[in-house]
Amino acid sequence: MSKDKKPVETTGHEWDGIQELNNPLPRWWLWVFAACVVFAFGYAVLFPAIPLPGGNSKGTLGWSSRAKVEREMAELEASRSAVLKGIEQMPLADLPKNPALMNAAIEGGRSAFKVHCVQCHGSGAAGGNGYPNLNDDDWLWGGDMDSIHTTLTHGIRHPGDDNTRMSQMPAFGKDQLLTKAEIDAVVEHVRKISGQESNAALAPKGAGIFAQQCASCHGDDGKGNRMFGAPNLTDAIWLYGGDRASLHNTIFYARNGVMPAWNERLSEATIRKLTAYVHSLGGGE
Amino acid sequence: MATKPAGPAPESLYKARTKVFPKKVEGSFRRLKWAILFITLGIYYITPWIRWDRGPYAPDQAVLVDLAGRRFFFGPIEIWPQEFYYVAGLLIMAGLGLFLVTTSVGRAWCGYACPQTVWTDLYMAVERWIEGDRNARMKLDKAPYDAAKIAKRTTKHAIWLVIALLTGGAWVFYFADAPTLLGEIVRGEAPFAAYGAIAVLTFTTYSLAGLMREQVCTYMCPWPRIQSAMLDEDSFIVTYKAWRGEPRGSVKEREAGKATGDCVDCMACVNVCPTGIDIRNGAQLECITCALCIDACNDIMDKLERPRDLIGYTTLNRDVQESKGETLAPIWKTLLRPRVLIYLAVWSAIGLGMLAVLAGRDRMDISVAQERNPVFVMLSDGDIRNGYTLKILNKEARPREFDIMLEGIEGARLTDPVSNAAPAETLRLKVRPDGVDTFRLQVRAPAAALSGEQSEIVFVARSVDGEGESRETARFTGPENSGPQREEEDDR
Repeated sequence: MSKDKKPVETTGHEWDGIQELNNPLPRWWLWVFAACVVFAFGYAVLFPAIPLPGGNSKGTLGWSSRAKVEREMAELEASRSAVLKGIEQMPLADLPKNPALMNAAIEGGRSAFKVHCVQCHGSGAAGGNGYPNLNDDDWLWGGDMDSIHTTLTHGIRHPGDDNTRMSQMPAFGKDQLLTKAEIDAVVEHVRKISGQESNAALAPKGAGIFAQQCASCHGDDGKGNRMFGAPNLTDAIWLYGGDRASLHNTIFYARNGVMPAWNERLSEATIRKLTAYVHSLGGGE
Repeated sequence: MATKPAGPAPESLYKARTKVFPKKVEGSFRRLKWAILFITLGIYYITPWIRWDRGPYAPDQAVLVDLAGRRFFFGPIEIWPQEFYYVAGLLIMAGLGLFLVTTSVGRAWCGYACPQTVWTDLYMAVERWIEGDRNARMKLDKAPYDAAKIAKRTTKHAIWLVIALLTGGAWVFYFADAPTLLGEIVRGEAPFAAYGAIAVLTFTTYSLAGLMREQVCTYMCPWPRIQSAMLDEDSFIVTYKAWRGEPRGSVKEREAGKATGDCVDCMACVNVCPTGIDIRNGAQLECITCALCIDACNDIMDKLERPRDLIGYTTLNRDVQESKGETLAPIWKTLLRPRVLIYLAVWSAIGLGMLAVLAGRDRMDISVAQERNPVFVMLSDGDIRNGYTLKILNKEARPREFDIMLEGIEGARLTDPVSNAAPAETLRLKVRPDGVDTFRLQVRAPAAALSGEQSEIVFVARSVDGEGESRETARFTGPENSGPQREEEDDR
């Protein structure tokens, strides 16, 4: 093979016996290069390519990535519109009976929850001290679809919304409605009705104070009242803690949790999706 | 490169292609090869069109590789992706089968059944039909490109391309419902993958069977290199009986009194060889044992009224024995030697094992994954609730219902959070035919029934029709201090 080779032209440069050869570029490479040049001209004419003082050239095809995104988003919206309409128009209580719509709503709610709700309620909706756990079956304002929807729509203690959820527990200690000793007695009573270890001497005294001061909202039996957002004090779930120090603080300073009225920020469809998602977490009624 | 090489220029490592013009031949092996050609091509082209009724929920194609649905249908057998070991088993059996065949009768696969051989044979038949037999083709090859040559060559390549297209076309029918796909292909509505596969296979068929032929076997295929490890002196291979044939000499030379062997050096065996070798040089890498030289030589021997099988199937040992005039053992005794029997035993064992596993396999399965966020929820009555994602596999091609039950935790009950029904000990779930359905289930249990932070809970899925039960153990998580040893005092 090599004996057929013609001597290679050199540039005349030589360093330590190493010569710089002057081989021509491979022919295929040249052709590809030429084809690329031709392609580039065509591309520059057809597509946006050249930056100009008044904005880039638009290209004769009028294609732009932004228009493409907008078109795709519109297609996506159109493909979702039937389901969205169904979720928006169906009476809320009937939604769980329609598995297709309910599942779509739950999945939509799951992603909306991750954006708007996890900051307080946590990514698993398990809440934390002062932030309700949405997985359990204990509800301050009710756990059926309509109650959850109302809470989401109008929020809790949200300024400027007339229909917002508003509970008003007095700060019994701070406002000097009860003495510290009386509060301690009430704490023992609450521990007793919630099935925890309690001081048998103090609890009966606390029961009397409870009947006067607390029963109007929490009920005579301490089981709460959802109309006022008064929690059930007899169950195993504590929003702010069921130990003596927490209970004392709660009664002394009162608790005033807040949640935004989401109708100011989210569409009705999104609120309904969130309703379905929260309802599906396991505590839905 | 500019410096002069010190030694002589290295020889090229590449060998120019020697053109092969196999001559037409007739005989028993040629007939066998035609039969195998028709049978194998028939199987290849017809199989996708065979129907198989599986009811309304599964495709009715007997052999179907449903890539999109991740199912493999083979008659009454349906394979799911997690059962892919059956396919692995089949491949192992195919490999062992190749060893078995090669050890006993040499490269029978290469010579008779390999697609490369079958399609090359078909292409050569077309070539012979258009361009004539060996001598005519050699002449045509040397001839200048005049109208007649161009016409012949164009016709030949056109027919080759049509065969290639049909070959590639038939392949895609194994991967979709054949009648539907054919309609889509004709109307131009088929998925791109179908057209792409047809194009690729058309190209490979045309180039491998039409243009490259014996080069594929000699240079591209690894099997000729491996087969020497399979063959030994007791393998039946196509053999030129040199003790009988040598020294070669013409009929006239023998009549003139010269002591010649039976070989008259007529080159018939060389002329018919599709790989262009001379079998009289002994066993060679290029020989695919197609046995056409046996037919060619027998034809000559018959004409010369000399005994047949100067070239024939024999083993090295038998060839030596025959040359010494010893009596030969029966063929079956040579065939059934330990090496062959061991291959046969392993091959059959794998086959029987697979059949046994196939017959006894479950037609359902469950998998349970505990939800990790939150790991547990305390309920208002103090019960602990865990969430689970339950997947039920229904491998039957009919909708089925399954009862889900719990074991391991006293008083544990199931709820479906969406339907919101009251907690129950048994939950009945519908699962789609031939598919997997996913359910979110919640289990609630009294805290006192737990055995500490982590308890074991067993999910039992029982088919309502009584055919099948699967169990899976999962974790049930509770608060750190849960369980019967829980302290009454919880003062935090």
